[in-house]
This record gives sequence, structure tokens and C-alpha cells, in this order.
Amino acid sequence: MPKLTIDDIEVTVEPGTSIIQAAEQVGIEIPRFCYHDKLSVPANCRMCLVEVEKSPKPMASCALPCGDGMKVYTQSEKAKQARKNVMEMLLVNHPLDCPICDQGGECDLQDQAVAYGYDRSRYEEEKRAVTNKDLGPLVKTVMTRCIQCTRCVRFGEEIAGVSELGVLNRGEHLEIGTYVEQMVTSELSGNLIDVCPVGALTSKPYAFAARPWELRKTPGIDVLDAVGSNIRIDARGGEVMRILPRLHEDVNEEWISDKTRFAVDGLKNNRLDKCYVRKNGKLQPASWEEAFGAIAAEAKKRTFGAIVGDLADCESIIALKDLMKELGATNLECRQDMAQIDVKHPAGYLFNTTIAGIERADAILLVGTNPRTEAALVNARIRKTWLAKHIKVGVIGQKIDLNYPYKYLGAGPDTLAELSEGKGDFADVLAKAKNPMIILGAGALRRPDGYAITALARKVAEKFNMARDGWNGYNMLHTQASRVGALMLGFVEGDEASWQKVDALYLLGADEMPVENIKPDCFVVYQGHHGEKVAARADVILPGAAYTEKSATYVNTEGRVQNGLQAVFPPGEAREDWQIIVNLAVALGHKLPYATLPQVRARLAEENAAFAKVDEIQPVKWSAFGKAGKCDAKPFGTTVANFYMTDPISRASKTMQACTEAFLNAKPADDEKAVANG
Amino acid sequence: MLDDKDRIFTNIYGWDWPTLKAAKERGVWAGTKEVMAKGQDWIIEEVKNSGLRGRGGAGFPTGMKWSFMPKESKDGRPNYLVINADESEPGTCKDRDIIRHEPHRLIEGALLASYAMRAHACYIYIRGEFMREAEALQTAIDEAYEAGLVGKNACGSGWDFDIYVHRGAGAYICGEETALLNSLEGKKGMPRNKPPFPAGAGLYACPTTVNNVETIAVVPEIVKRGGSWFASFGREKNSGTKLFCISGHVNTPCNVEEAMSVPLKEIIEKHGGGVRGGWDNLLAVIPGGSSTRLLPKSVCDTVLMDFDALREQNSGLGTAAIIVMDKSTDIVYAIARLARFYWHESCGQCTPCREGTGWMYRIMQRMVRGEARLDEIDMLLDIGREIEGHTICAHGDASAWPIQGLINHFRPEMERRIKEYRSKLVA
Repeated sequence: MPKLTIDDIEVTVEPGTSIIQAAEQVGIEIPRFCYHDKLSVPANCRMCLVEVEKSPKPMASCALPCGDGMKVYTQSEKAKQARKNVMEMLLVNHPLDCPICDQGGECDLQDQAVAYGYDRSRYEEEKRAVTNKDLGPLVKTVMTRCIQCTRCVRFGEEIAGVSELGVLNRGEHLEIGTYVEQMVTSELSGNLIDVCPVGALTSKPYAFAARPWELRKTPGIDVLDAVGSNIRIDARGGEVMRILPRLHEDVNEEWISDKTRFAVDGLKNNRLDKCYVRKNGKLQPASWEEAFGAIAAEAKKRTFGAIVGDLADCESIIALKDLMKELGATNLECRQDMAQIDVKHPAGYLFNTTIAGIERADAILLVGTNPRTEAALVNARIRKTWLAKHIKVGVIGQKIDLNYPYKYLGAGPDTLAELSEGKGDFADVLAKAKNPMIILGAGALRRPDGYAITALARKVAEKFNMARDGWNGYNMLHTQASRVGALMLGFVEGDEASWQKVDALYLLGADEMPVENIKPDCFVVYQGHHGEKVAARADVILPGAAYTEKSATYVNTEGRVQNGLQAVFPPGEAREDWQIIVNLAVALGHKLPYATLPQVRARLAEENAAFAKVDEIQPVKWSAFGKAGKCDAKPFGTTVANFYMTDPISRASKTMQACTEAFLNAKPADDEKAVANG
Repeated sequence: MLDDKDRIFTNIYGWDWPTLKAAKERGVWAGTKEVMAKGQDWIIEEVKNSGLRGRGGAGFPTGMKWSFMPKESKDGRPNYLVINADESEPGTCKDRDIIRHEPHRLIEGALLASYAMRAHACYIYIRGEFMREAEALQTAIDEAYEAGLVGKNACGSGWDFDIYVHRGAGAYICGEETALLNSLEGKKGMPRNKPPFPAGAGLYACPTTVNNVETIAVVPEIVKRGGSWFASFGREKNSGTKLFCISGHVNTPCNVEEAMSVPLKEIIEKHGGGVRGGWDNLLAVIPGGSSTRLLPKSVCDTVLMDFDALREQNSGLGTAAIIVMDKSTDIVYAIARLARFYWHESCGQCTPCREGTGWMYRIMQRMVRGEARLDEIDMLLDIGREIEGHTICAHGDASAWPIQGLINHFRPEMERRIKEYRSKLVA
């Protein structure tokens, strides 16, 4: 372990640590542009130069590994002068158009020019101008501002797995571009905006919308897939302006998918902001009292069933469950896509390996899933692992476009069955692997033989010793933010289709359910935030809050319990969902035993102890989930047909509409041909 | 003056054929097997004793460089020898003539050097513009393969040795050793960060030594005649013979092999046929290729041509490309042209070099006309200092040095132009 001093502070670091990392450990910040924690180190911006004793030249601290006995000075005259010089050079060809630049106020170049640069320019010659590039509907480019740090190029090559961006020409004419004008087709392209330290790559939908100092920043949890990405919600007044990633090494690192980032404008369209009650066959605006009264009138005559949708938070799920128990309901359902997921066996429906655990895997079998569209950040983690160790990946299901090589094994359950008997090349790979993994797409279970497929997958896991002390390689990959939470809260009673028989339904944001399967005379209450076709079928609509508008708990596909905070108020008369249910209970003559958020959360922990431990993964016991049986030979289908539009929020988003047009409709993608549900 | 018997490159002018047969008559490929039989460490030791310093410009002791290579591979990675034939430094044309007229010396040297460094493969990275030279080199290599001198069991020594020619695409920066390795690997020719040094992780992340053509081509004679023979020329630590390229305002520009530490005046007078219009017509000399700082006549009168003597004069031996300029030269324009060259050839990776070379070039353009302020001369020096030492490779330094040399020795001329321009404006 090398021991060195940085500005006379002694520090001992792991071998291979660079000076810039060591300095961070002792709280010394060294300015940088090209260096990024998660990317390779080109050491080309030269901003992080420091003085190292015995070295005649200042050294780039990002590329210099710590050596024993080194003496590093970050604040010496020489180091300061070197940084000043580099800063002057960086600004030579920079347009200095901060007043009209969207990066202004959160620009590394701006901040560091103030902190480390001269106060005036000596450059009197002509400046360079660079043509802007069209990178698609998400990323806006002003290439003249580029300082050629190449972070975007490295992000594309290393994290996103797309090599469209590159460095063209040389010397002063060096520019970032795609050579042949084309879009960056990655589901992670929005992160280019974050990695760019200047205003060269900015958000196109957010262009000229707000200044960073006007924004109120609230930590939240993303609900547009089941990863549970940690996000920062930036709001101005009552309007959510943008979503940014928040660092969580075990979940999303510092990336988020494009849907998470850009679907935010969907929160402004197609919203339910007041109650509606169906009168004379037409939905009419109503007050809360009228709406509750209409429900109370029917509740006396009918028996309710309830379905929880994809974006529901755990607080409202438990409140709804408690209310339904009070009303004597027997049909509770959280699997609105009718996937055959066994609620009694957590080991069978969790992503047991954990997302960070993927990095320990050395062979991965993907069954009926396309992680790139279903959980872009899980896919990014697989790619990261592949990049580091060139692990073997096998795919059963559709032939998909992944950004790492894989071996295609077959289309349907037959292949899985063969594998469970140890047949085939990939069986050898799994047998030889130290930490083999299987990832079963929850979407693959939306068929009558779902339990049998689960049993087959379990057989594969057991055959290759995937579940053992210290390693659990069996994973189910969900696509819905509410799914695991609802399963953990036991929001399943009756079988997958029994709700079709009930005469009253309470739909908590169940926008993906097959509305045609609802009995014609069924009384439907819809509580949610977007008015779509399911809401149109409802007899009473209760306006709820979207994920940015409530402090709520979500459980991601790993079983990680996370809390997000309320960033803005719900629009109009809409209210936070669990409060609606608590108040409705009162109107129906029942009283739920909680009135405040801490009390609901206590109730959550009572229902399932895991909810008491926020952001911790509780390993679950291996159990015999699934039901052995005959499988249909039908191939696995696609779960997410259009990555950009999977839920009411992203469907209401103009940006996502533009992405669909640009990325999917422009070229026939494989995913598109297949219909959801196989 | 160097005796003919002590010349290594006996066919540098191409008066004889470059073919294997002719080369053998000149003593190339004689006793190669016997030398190899003396062992790998013996060769390295002999090169160390010779005091040979790299001929590509930096002058790093070659024997020491070779000894950094791992003697045995612990993890299965092979060793590589890469020969830098990307000769692009303005004024330099020695490697070109070696490849044209003495290719077999290079190939024999490649075998011996690779053998000494336990490399079974050698790549010659040749400058893109050297079209005919690449063909000539390939022809010579084919001859050597056919004669069993390289390939499996090269020269009957039991050592397997393959040699490949790779053509560059004409970028000056690819002469920098790590940029060369990147280019050889098929990547963009941009210098790499050091550490790791090529001896640890070079070509395809394997231990690699990059040597100049001339360095490798003199090795056979050194090991055959003995390191002490080579060391007997020149001053201490600057030993050996060296190819000098004399160009510019001399009567007979030429490449010539001379002993190191020969006085500059002597080499110009004897081999270059003297400065056009006589020695007193001399204005300045760039002694080691475009990147070294120029020397005014007063220094040229006495300076010796070796690494240390030129360093004392704040310049360098570089590639020993002597560019002579007589009094008809517009010295400011000449250096401005070099500034343009360095601006044009910057790879653009490091900020100071990418932005600074253009800045300096633009100021220099104005300086030629005198369209500048007096304080901009100091600013030029300052910009040079901002670039120097702040970049990954030495291109940044090289771009600053010619201008520094100009300002150090010709500041009055620059000031005169500025004042003249100003006075015209006033009039």
C-alpha cells in the first residue's frame, strides 16, 4: 500500500490509485475536465497538473499512479501556474458565450475559470468555429463550445456501447463528431449531457428553459422501469423542469436512461386534475365529496376487486390493501399483465444477484428478456462486466440487439429445458463458471405456462449451482416499478384472471390492464394521474399524484426499498394517493389506522419487515418456486416493444414521441415487429 | 575527418547496389550467426559499452533502453521491437537514405536487436510519404527471407525472427514513439500517457522497444567491431559516428557520416562546401532538425556537434539535421513557417499544444510583417512556456523551442520590424 503526502497530508491508498483519487480521499479537489470516475483516463485536458517532488515537469494527477513516498503539491506556485496556463489555453478557442449557454451556472469550465484562471484574455486572434452536429431529438450540440475532453466519446465507447461519436481531424481542427451525420442511438444518450463539462452537449428538450440557480432540487426515485434509479428532480415553481441522475453505486451508478430523463414533459400532458363521475353514460367533472359518495353508494351493493398498476407507490398499495380487506374484497392483483409470478416465493421474483452483483458474474443466461429496453441500466452493468472480463452471455428468446456479443441459444422453453438437463455448449459455459447467472424476464411469464417456465429456470439454477452460500445467480428482471413492492406486500389474492369476474374494480393506476376483459356491468373506480383508455372506462375517477408529486416508497427489482421526496404539488385537485385512499375509507365508513406518512411507513414495515430497512438488500431464502409442468413450445416474446413509451407518463411525453419517430419508426427495429406478449 | 575505414554506411550515397549480394560484398550479414552465438546479454553489454545514444533525437542511451526489456516473459506476453522510420522532422533525411541504399544494415540490425531483446517480431513503421522507400525495404526483406537470414531459424542461429513493414499515413506526430504504437495498432496516432512506458506495456500492451532506424542500423557494426571501437569517436558520453544532414544555404547539401563532436564549422565547410557566399555570410544554423533552437553565427563559429555541447548552447543535437541560413534569409518568416508546421501537425489531444500552437503561429504571422506590439514578443515567450512541459508528448515543447530560439537571438530584428511597421502607420 503506497503511502504518500498530498499538500503535506499523509495518505495511504490502494495500489493503482491515481493522485487525483488519493487527493479526493483527503478532501483536496483537483480541477479536471477530461477525467471522469467511470471512464478511462486520457489525461489530455492537462487541467489536473500538480507538482510532484523530484519531477521537473508538473504531472497529470489523473494518470499518475500513487507511489510510495511521493510528495505531491496541489497548491504550490508551480501547480497553480500550470493550471492557470492550461485554463488560458482552454479559453483560447472557447466562444465565452455563457449568457446564452444552457450550461451556464453549472459549467465546469465557467467555475474553474473563475477559480483557477486569469481574469482577462490575452488572445486577440480569430477564434475557431465548429459546425453543430445533429445527434437526434435529445442532445443539442453547440460544438464551438467543445473543449475536446473526449468524455462523450469515451462514454459512448465504454458505457453506452455505441461508437457513433468519435474524434475527427487533428490539432486545432480536432472536433467531436459522427463523421457520417447520424444520431446517437443509445438508450443512455442523455448521460452525454451530464458528462460534458461544458455547454457543447446540452439537453434539447430543456433548451433555454431555466437556469440552474432557479431550480429547487429534490431527491427522488425513478418509476419508469424497475431499476429504481436514483434521480434528482429539478423544479421551478410547480413545474418539474428536468430529471438528473443521483449517484448510487449499487443501482444506477451515475447514469439514468433516456426515458427516465426525458419523459418528464409527460407529467404536464393528459393529466387528471379533478374528480370525474359517470352520469348518464358520460364522465362529468365532480367534487371529491360527489366522487366518494358515488363510490359509497355502489360499495354497499357490490364486492370489490382491486388491481395495482405499474407506477403505484408502496404507501398507496398498503392503504388500498387495508381498505379492500375492510370491504371484504377477495380479489387483489398486482400482475395486471397476467404474468405468472409466484407471490409466495421471494427468491423466485427478486433480482437476487443484485445489480452491483452482476460485476461478480462470469457467465450470464438471459431468458425471455431484452435488458437493453427493459432495464437499460442493468444492461449497462452487464456491458461493464463484459468489458472488464469478457464474460459469456447466452440468450434464449428473441434475437436482440445488445451492445455486447452474446451466443444465441434458442427461441423458447425447449432450449431452456435442454439446458436444464445439461445439454448444449452453453451448459459447459455455465458449468465451468464460478458465478453463473440466469436472468429471467418477468415478461416471459405472461403466458399460461409461466409457472412451468419458472420451474425450468429454477432447475437450471439448481443444476449449475447458482444458488449457494455467498452467491445467488437466479434473477427475475421486472419492468414495473410497483411490481416487487406489491408482491412483497402480498397484493395478490385469487388467480391471475379472477378479477375478470368481480362486479366492482378499484384500479390504482392500472393503465396497462386489458380493459376489454372487464365485465360490462362492472363498476370501475380509477385512481391515477393520467387519463388513458382505462380511465375512460371508469365510472369514478380520482385524481392522484405522479411520482414527482409525492413522498413515496418504491421497491426495485432487487427488492431494494427506496424513498423519494415530493418535489412539486399535484395539479389541480389531485392529491397524494395514499391520502385519497385513507379519506375514501372514511367516506365508506371505515377507518384505516394511519393518518401520517410515518404511520403508513410503520404499517409497511409491519406487513413486511424488509420495508424497515431502506436501501438495504435482504438476502432471501431459496425455495421451491414455480410448478413443474408442460411448457408450450411457443417462443418468448418481447416485453417492451417501444423503449420510449411504456407507461402513461412516457406516452404523454412529446419528447418520447419524437424519440419513437426518430429512433424506432425511422428504421425497422427487431423489437418493433414483435408484439408485446409474444 | 572520419577515415573511410571507420564509416558504417559505406553506401549511403547509393553508388553501389542496395541488393543483398552487393550488401554482402560490403560486409553486411557477415558473421551474424557468430555474433548471435555470443549471447543476448553480450550484445546488450557491447551496445552499452559503445555509448550509443538514440539517433532519433532524444539521445537516450540505447543499451540502457534495451536492458529495460524483460528477459523472460512471466505472463506469456511477447517482446516486440519497433523501428521508427517515420522520419518527418524538417531537415532530416538520413533514415530515408539508409532505407534506400543500405536496407540490409537495418534488417541485420533489427535481427540482432530483436535477438538481444528476446523479440521474435519486429515492426518497421515507415513514413507514409516514403512510398518507394517502403517498396525498397520490402524488397530487401524478401531477399533476406529468401536467403534464410530472417524468418524461422534466422541465419541458422536457432532464433525465429519475423520482420514486417507497416506504412504510416503521413502524420508527423506518429514519429513520437507512443503515437507510433497507437498508429501501428490501427488507432488514431495520438501519444499515450507515460507511465506505463513501452518497455512495460507498448505495442498491444506488450513490452516494446522503439528505436530509430539509424540506431538499429549501426548495431551490427558495433557488435562486430566492438563497442570500444565505436566509443573511440567523439567526446565522452557523445561517442560514435553519426549521419549529419546538411541542408539550406550551403554549396553542397548532403548527408554525411562523421564522428560525433565534430565542430559545426568544420562539417559545413568540409562536407557542405561552405556557406553560400562564405562563412561570414552565415546568419544562423538550426543544428538538429526544426524543433531545436537556432544558433546565431557567433555560436556556430566554435560549437561542437554533439548532445552535450549543443545542450550547453540551449539547443540540441536532435536528429543532427543542420539547416544553414545565410544572410538573405528572412529569419522571422522562417521561424513563422516552422510555427505553422507545428500548428498543423499537433495531434490536438492536449489542450496547451492544440490551442497554443495556433496562437503562436498567428502571432508569428503578424511578427513577420511587424504588425504587432513590442510586448507581444514577451507574450510569445510566455505562451511558449505555457505549452512547454505541460503536454503528454514533446510536440508541445518542440513547437515552443524554435520561437524561443528566435527571440533569444533575434529580438532586435523583431523589434525593428514592429517599429518600422508602426512608423509607416503614423506616416
